[in-house]
Amino acid sequence: MTTATHAPTWTGRLRDRATKSFPPDQLLPDKQPIYVASWIYVFGVATIAALLVVLASGTLLAIQGPQWWHRSSTGHYVNSLHLWSVELFMAFMVIHLWGKFWMAAWRGKRAMTWVTGTLCFLGSIGAAFTGYLVQSNFDSQFISTEAKDGLNSFGIGSRFNVMDFGQMLMWHIFLLPLVVGLIVVIHVLQVRRRGVVPPFEIHPVDLPIDDEARV
Amino acid sequence: MSVNLNSPGHYLHWWVVQISVANAVVIAVMLTLFVLALVLPFPKGRSHR
Amino acid sequence: MTTVPLLDPPTPVLLAPSQHRTAEAAARDTTGAWAGRNREYDLLKEFVIALVVVSLLAAALAAVFSSPDVHQVTLSSWSRSTPNDFVATAATELDGTSGTATYGAPYTHTPGVAQKIGPVSLQHIAGVTHPIDSAADFVVRPLSGIPGDSALSAALAQWGSATPQARQSWASSYDDALQKAPDNDPAKVAVGSYGPVPVMIARLLALAQTGGLDGALLLQGSFYQSDYTRPLLFIADGAYLGDKAAAEHLSGEQWGMMNETGSFPGQAWLWLYTFWYQVKPFSTSGNADALVMALMGVLSLGLICVPFLPGVRSIPRWIPVHRLIWRDYYRNAGT
Repeated sequence: MTTATHAPTWTGRLRDRATKSFPPDQLLPDKQPIYVASWIYVFGVATIAALLVVLASGTLLAIQGPQWWHRSSTGHYVNSLHLWSVELFMAFMVIHLWGKFWMAAWRGKRAMTWVTGTLCFLGSIGAAFTGYLVQSNFDSQFISTEAKDGLNSFGIGSRFNVMDFGQMLMWHIFLLPLVVGLIVVIHVLQVRRRGVVPPFEIHPVDLPIDDEARV
Repeated sequence: MSVNLNSPGHYLHWWVVQISVANAVVIAVMLTLFVLALVLPFPKGRSHR
Repeated sequence: MTTVPLLDPPTPVLLAPSQHRTAEAAARDTTGAWAGRNREYDLLKEFVIALVVVSLLAAALAAVFSSPDVHQVTLSSWSRSTPNDFVATAATELDGTSGTATYGAPYTHTPGVAQKIGPVSLQHIAGVTHPIDSAADFVVRPLSGIPGDSALSAALAQWGSATPQARQSWASSYDDALQKAPDNDPAKVAVGSYGPVPVMIARLLALAQTGGLDGALLLQGSFYQSDYTRPLLFIADGAYLGDKAAAEHLSGEQWGMMNETGSFPGQAWLWLYTFWYQVKPFSTSGNADALVMALMGVLSLGLICVPFLPGVRSIPRWIPVHRLIWRDYYRNAGT
């Protein structure tokens, strides 16, 4: 791989910047600091896994359209898969958030990792909400007629009409997944760029130099 | 094996709090997973530089 | 096996050339590349295992618990189940006293009803973007499409040629009489000067019961349509939808935002949003929606900004849950 220090082209500059920010062994590392040894660390990847199941089941629902699940038992099962993967996604994400809070994982120039993570959480709440609106059943009817009051009180309802099924379907299956997906990608890249936050207050003077046997 | 959740829900009341048993179970499972994640030993991988 | 220190002495990786820092400060620097010992960690394998486990878990939960699908309410099913509620609601649409007719922005220009935060009403500023004339849109126009009914044609002609004052007088009188009638039964309304209103309301009920009103309210003269604002607002003005929702614990004062029909879990993540509606001053405020939205906006911003909030960002240091997470590390570090 050749790397020019000052590439004259836009493409070259982009490549230089990308490879500098994300060297391959940092982007896809096969080792982690010794302190990365707790089950709490698996909830990030579990959240991403659940998100993929959400997207896959949502894609299956999209293929045959929004009314399919009402009239087909297969469709109803795919809808159930969509619902339960969302429950798993939200649960794993919240546990991940709890874990990262107690690690104060924003330390060491990792604030943007926290910020993108919380934006992902809030964006997912919006995405889930629009999902409830486009079920086209009693649930959607009541949720939309109640939620309109909250949104109208802030002027949002003048443009974002929760009783417009077509508009909400667009938001649910395109706009919000796009936004949440992009934030997730940025979030994961932030994690890879800055690495996993180290434990609090490690003083090298306190550390035994020769403690291999104790690990 | 399937469980029919279409029957009317059960709700817990305490002070101003009203929560469905289903939601309470979900939250309890989340808290349990969190605590287990903190206390259960994580498999040790090979350490190296 | 070679002997490796847990944490290397500070290396140039951690030190910016211009800085003269102690080894301790360097070790506290959590921004640089980790210079200590590593462990093997196969991210891809972890991801594949997670994907398989989560997929199986979701498939199993879906198979065991399924998902709720309570059948929708239509104007037809409502008007058949509780015709008196439908008629009472239709009367309020005609005399302009229904929830929709008096809503304010974005549906009507009703003055003084928009919610405020202090002196500011974002609801009012955003304007009337979905104008609704409940008498015309919900009653008169749907009835105008019914052919071959001379009594209805005469009633509509009388309504159309009357002054606004006369229409209001007929509609209000009928609405009042209906509310005083036993069970709001239109058959038991006292004799009065209601003009064409009783005929119009009776025909609207018949149209609704046949299912015609569902289509008429949705389509409003067009063919393709995906906006259910009008039929939903009409249905929500009645008591039927709300009563059905209350029976499912979905109402605002029942923490309904986080509940689901039947015994399914709902949007439990909305617990804080729905909580505020249960306590004062929100539970008794006419501006509750705007105030709760504002409060949740501020709190959400706070969550995003935790790393920058003095005090909040120190909580994990004061309550050392991290001692548990990194217990192996601290044990081996001898601290």
